[in-house]
Amino acid sequence: MGATMRVSRRDFLRTGAAAGGLVIAVQLPGCGPRGAESGAEGGAGAKPAFEPNAFIRIGEDGWVTVVAKHLEMGQGTYTGLATIVAEELDADWNKVRVEGAPADASRYNNLHWGPAQGTGGSSAIANSWEQLRKAGATARAMLVAAAAQEWGVNAAGLTTDAGVVTDPAGGKRAEYGSLAAKAAKLPVPENVPLKDPKTFKLVGKHSARVDTRPKSMGQATFTQDVTLPGLLTAVVAHPPRFGATVKSFDAAEAKKVKGVRHVVQIPTGVAVLAESFWSAKTGRDLLKVEWDESQAFTQGSAEILAQYRELAGKPGAVARKDGDAEGTLARVSRKVEATYEVPFLAHACMEPMNCVVRLSKDRVEVWNGEQLQTGDQMALAQAAGVKPEQVSLNMLYAGGSFGRRANPKSDYLLEALSVAQAIKGNAPVKLVWTREDDTRAGYFRPLTLHALRGAVDGSGKVTAWHQRIVGQSILTGTPFESMAVKDGVDGSSVEGAANTKYAIPNIQVELHSPALPVPVQWWRSVGNTHTAFAVECFIDELAALAKKDPVAFRRGLLANAPRHLGVLSLAAEKAGWGTPLPAGRARGIAVHESFSSYVAEVAEVSLENGRPRVHRVVCAVDCGIVVNPDIVRMQMESGIAYGLSAALFDEITLKEGRVEQGNFDRYRVLRINEMPRVEVHMVASDAPPTGVGEPGTPPIAPAVANALYALTGKRVRTLPIRL
Amino acid sequence: MIALTVNGKSRSVDVAPDTPLLWVLRDTLGLTGTKFGCGIAQCGACTVHLDGDAIRSCITPVSAVQGKKITTIEGLSGDGSHPVQQAWMAESVPQCGYCQSGQIMSAAALLAKTPKPSDADIDTAMSGNICRCGTYQRVRSAIHRAAGQEA
Repeated sequence: MGATMRVSRRDFLRTGAAAGGLVIAVQLPGCGPRGAESGAEGGAGAKPAFEPNAFIRIGEDGWVTVVAKHLEMGQGTYTGLATIVAEELDADWNKVRVEGAPADASRYNNLHWGPAQGTGGSSAIANSWEQLRKAGATARAMLVAAAAQEWGVNAAGLTTDAGVVTDPAGGKRAEYGSLAAKAAKLPVPENVPLKDPKTFKLVGKHSARVDTRPKSMGQATFTQDVTLPGLLTAVVAHPPRFGATVKSFDAAEAKKVKGVRHVVQIPTGVAVLAESFWSAKTGRDLLKVEWDESQAFTQGSAEILAQYRELAGKPGAVARKDGDAEGTLARVSRKVEATYEVPFLAHACMEPMNCVVRLSKDRVEVWNGEQLQTGDQMALAQAAGVKPEQVSLNMLYAGGSFGRRANPKSDYLLEALSVAQAIKGNAPVKLVWTREDDTRAGYFRPLTLHALRGAVDGSGKVTAWHQRIVGQSILTGTPFESMAVKDGVDGSSVEGAANTKYAIPNIQVELHSPALPVPVQWWRSVGNTHTAFAVECFIDELAALAKKDPVAFRRGLLANAPRHLGVLSLAAEKAGWGTPLPAGRARGIAVHESFSSYVAEVAEVSLENGRPRVHRVVCAVDCGIVVNPDIVRMQMESGIAYGLSAALFDEITLKEGRVEQGNFDRYRVLRINEMPRVEVHMVASDAPPTGVGEPGTPPIAPAVANALYALTGKRVRTLPIRL
Repeated sequence: MIALTVNGKSRSVDVAPDTPLLWVLRDTLGLTGTKFGCGIAQCGACTVHLDGDAIRSCITPVSAVQGKKITTIEGLSGDGSHPVQQAWMAESVPQCGYCQSGQIMSAAALLAKTPKPSDADIDTAMSGNICRCGTYQRVRSAIHRAAGQEA
């Protein structure tokens, strides 16, 4: 999402200004979700006395509840959003709690996505920054006005800090809780001034996350942990190939398992419902299902790749054309060509997909690590035959997502609904996928090929760049298609390539988007997962052709891209680029912009038993104003680990249409003994904050590949890396 | 009925003897801090202590733990005061948090036996615990921090 959505952002900002009035609309106490199931943790708030807007409630006990419109799936979103509110509100951080927002796009839409509510594209902080600053400042102004009224003084002479209004002249002070009821009766002011960033007390400084304690005590509530009276757990037998359906099934053995209550056919397979997971899973494993595979997809990864290689020889849809790349390449002799290939990838979140659904007469209630409220609400409403507002979505902590839970087809939610419908809503249903169900369900990062040709002149400048990308479109066939697919080019397939900032006079980027029945989806940083690998490795190849140092070569091409240059130079400096390393070690670098954040990484590698070993990664990031430096650091560490896992190990392969991997024994991921030391450096900036959830991921694979070239003289052009 | 001692309390459960301990803890006893990640002892999210040793509860039949002492994340300290939990908070280890109960239980078992672990000791003890958020660097720092506190 993200980068490809930006086309609509300007359009939306107009609508967003109008929506601002709604956002400040007073919310009646008692509306919206409450209590332990909201996924938020924190102090127990008394009844809210003051709700100045959709994002803030203040109780008479002084506790401030920040309503987070975005999912907390690990990126520190709840903390970041609350920090922005608390900053402008001058709240006492020790009395701030966070609660997940209900599904209500009229108040909680993502301002980067138009009228839709959801989390993704590293947009949570970026789109909320101004909105929550205003929300906090407005609430503060009303509390100050309440104190001024009570004390009969001018509001302008009052100050606030840590949840207290003070009248320095009159020597009076009042806690926010004591002013809440009075503030609630005041008109909501407009155009309240925001703080001068120089006076920030929390932004840029605060470090403790609101969810650290419950997550260190086993107390955070995930969907997997939800229970309801009479709840049944469903485990589903899914088809072995994409496009296969149930022909018939024999449930006799499954029904003998103690605790099994129902066996039902649903559109996506056969579900066993039981009083516990283990009974349901035991029953599921005893089902005898005969599948109709007449329409199933039966190709393997090798055949797909062979077709892609053939396609790469033919012209594709043009995503960018500057000058004449073909003509230049035909004329010159100093040129190189290379093909890069990356596999399908599963997201492999630690919490496998799951969902709780409760049906009642005119209501669908869902508990989920909810990432795409508006789309899910519409899909569920349509399938249940109700209106979207009759679908309530309880947003719980998600045990990872990396894009997976923002499924444009609402895949596992609709499956859970179909199970609940199959038993006529007689019991709440918790659908639980096993790890194997999760790995084999598809919605992979697309297998992708990049064919590149480039040329340099006598002075070492790049004169031509021709890139042809072959990979399935993620957005075609989704509600985002009209926004992001233009003239046959899915923006998410070419982001990070077609918009390269390298100054090259002749550039052509083309795309083939073959349709396959293998479901594909965004995977942490979307197209940048493969474009950064191809572009940053090929730039290294051109640097070698030009006999230039990789950092100096990039600098020469980025003279008009100051933020790229900033992170490139900072990472190189902190990594000691150009200084000697112990024998058997080498460095590689990559720089990449994604989601309007800029990241450069230097990897230090060696070989151990013929396998790459990454010892140290130095990362420089420019994400504008840093709301929380420790969370930025965390997200760079996390993005690097996730991308390094894919660079070294992760791979989904198909054989005769079947996914060959099922669990972590064959879907190999990074473990602690393979984790490098990561150092993160931030570029000081006063630009508005941009995201950090994804941008750490793209540069690591090319940085490692380029380091391996420096070490061995051999190019790595395929992931995962096999030497 | 199968008799168990969980977090110091005697419990008896009416389940099939081959039911993995994980699902007895989660579905029968309502102790949901211990997580399901893989079901085949590959990820460590289900790690609990059995007589002080870290075990993977997803592949441990409940019949095999009768009469033994089981400790889950809920019983590690009750109030978050265990040095490992304190270190986890000080180092801000958790991100999504789903694997962290298992990480903490593995780390606590390591420190109980090896109070001053080296990086190599940590790799050996913790490489069975997967974290897809990549908190490994902080896991390592937190274990060293907890070791310092315990000294």
